[in-house]
Amino acid sequence: MNNLWGDSLSGFWSAWIIVITLGSIVFAFWLLYANRKTDKTPDAEGNVETTGHAADGIEEYDNPLPRWWFQLYVGTVIFSLGYLLLYPGLGNFAGLLGWTQEEQWEEEVARAEERFTPIFAQYQEVPIPELAEDGEAMQVAERIFQNNCAVCHGSNAQGGYGFPDLTDDEWLYGGEPDNIVATLRQGRNGLMPSWQQLGEENIENVTQFVLSLSGEEHDAAQAESGAATYASVCAACHGPDGTGNQALGAPNLTNDSWLYRQPGQPLEEAIRQTLRNGRNGHMPAQAAYIGEERVHLVAAYVYSLRQQD
Amino acid sequence: MRHEIVEKNVGLLAVLILVVISFGGLAEIVPLFFQKQTTEPVDGLRPLTALELEGRGIYRREGCVGCHSQMIRPFRAETERYGHYSVAGEFIYEHNFLWGSKRTGPDLARVGGRYSDDWHRAHLYNPRDVVPESIMPAYPWLFENTLDGEDTPKKMRALRALGVPYTDEQIENATREVRGEQEITALVAYLQQLGTVLKDTR
Repeated sequence: MNNLWGDSLSGFWSAWIIVITLGSIVFAFWLLYANRKTDKTPDAEGNVETTGHAADGIEEYDNPLPRWWFQLYVGTVIFSLGYLLLYPGLGNFAGLLGWTQEEQWEEEVARAEERFTPIFAQYQEVPIPELAEDGEAMQVAERIFQNNCAVCHGSNAQGGYGFPDLTDDEWLYGGEPDNIVATLRQGRNGLMPSWQQLGEENIENVTQFVLSLSGEEHDAAQAESGAATYASVCAACHGPDGTGNQALGAPNLTNDSWLYRQPGQPLEEAIRQTLRNGRNGHMPAQAAYIGEERVHLVAAYVYSLRQQD
Repeated sequence: MRHEIVEKNVGLLAVLILVVISFGGLAEIVPLFFQKQTTEPVDGLRPLTALELEGRGIYRREGCVGCHSQMIRPFRAETERYGHYSVAGEFIYEHNFLWGSKRTGPDLARVGGRYSDDWHRAHLYNPRDVVPESIMPAYPWLFENTLDGEDTPKKMRALRALGVPYTDEQIENATREVRGEQEITALVAYLQQLGTVLKDTR
């Protein structure tokens, strides 16, 4: 019984609330009670004085509320007193039930944990490649994906301009289960600096060289002069042969997958833009939001997407 | 009871109604100004930077609050989706509150850090570019308008008068910090700090 009083308000303000609240209830009850009878008494012939309002010859009596109505009001007074006794409402008084919003939330979460923890624990045991074959688990995982990942990667997981497609064979940071888990858990920061300082001519030459890497149409002479710049500047991350580096998240430049090509944009324009301005891809870490168990499950889902093609 | 007196004098009736209603405010609102939870900031709470403050102004100007709430209620369904429920101590430096009352779009109370800056920029330029199902309007003008920061120190001084602990230095540097920045940069800066003071509390 000693925990019934909180300390979020000073004694004065606590008392202030209690006095006003109870005072209002007492006042309302007094007002009702005092008006429960009419003060108009009938005369000898049984006629009662009216309020004097008349419409179409009908006069208004000054009768009190019907008894059942009055009793409903009394009921609300009794209810409010019971409520204030059981639940927090009177200043620092916590109520006999000790109910709090936080506790209600904690109980709700605990109930859910009890129900779902065994399911996720069971999935946690299964290696990712195997889990990816489990239809039921993937249904659960898809929901988590749609709620947390689809905003960037799309509801079909095919990504978009600046957001990687998860259904193809290309992986910036590797497509093995461990890589996917690491990506989900810690997030990723892809940074390509701007190369404006190379000058427009060099940027144009490197652009043509990058086009040549994937066998796109290019200006052979310009590409040749770009090769040297590429070797000294770009190869550090993208590799001498342009196949990229998954440890750094440097994309493979020799295929036809382009993360930063806007729909309909000519490829060379996209490459030029990337060279001039640099790129900064950021995937936020997800473990803090969805927890380790769901990371495992979503990793299996992402892994299963790759299996499709 | 002589209730005719009240019923036949409209002026008196109005005054008495006001008196009765004010009791509700006296008991429910006034003590909030003196309650611990509503007057003490949570650990780590800091006032918005000049750029974030301008971003907040844009958030208000564009009416984001009409479709996005910033108030996570203590229900599991909400905390699963949005993160830790909102607490009063997070809003100590908020004038006015942007809690909102309607969710046409998702709650934004903890959107900070959830998505990348690039995502926010793409999304605000045209939401359908990243979320094809979206019905949110596009805000391309945020990429054209720039801030001059002339009014930023005045806003900060006004907030300081209301109890937000801005330092003289912050106010002095405010204009320099925001001048020439695109509006989108300010708005994204504002969004990226939302709710980050309570985080990883799963």
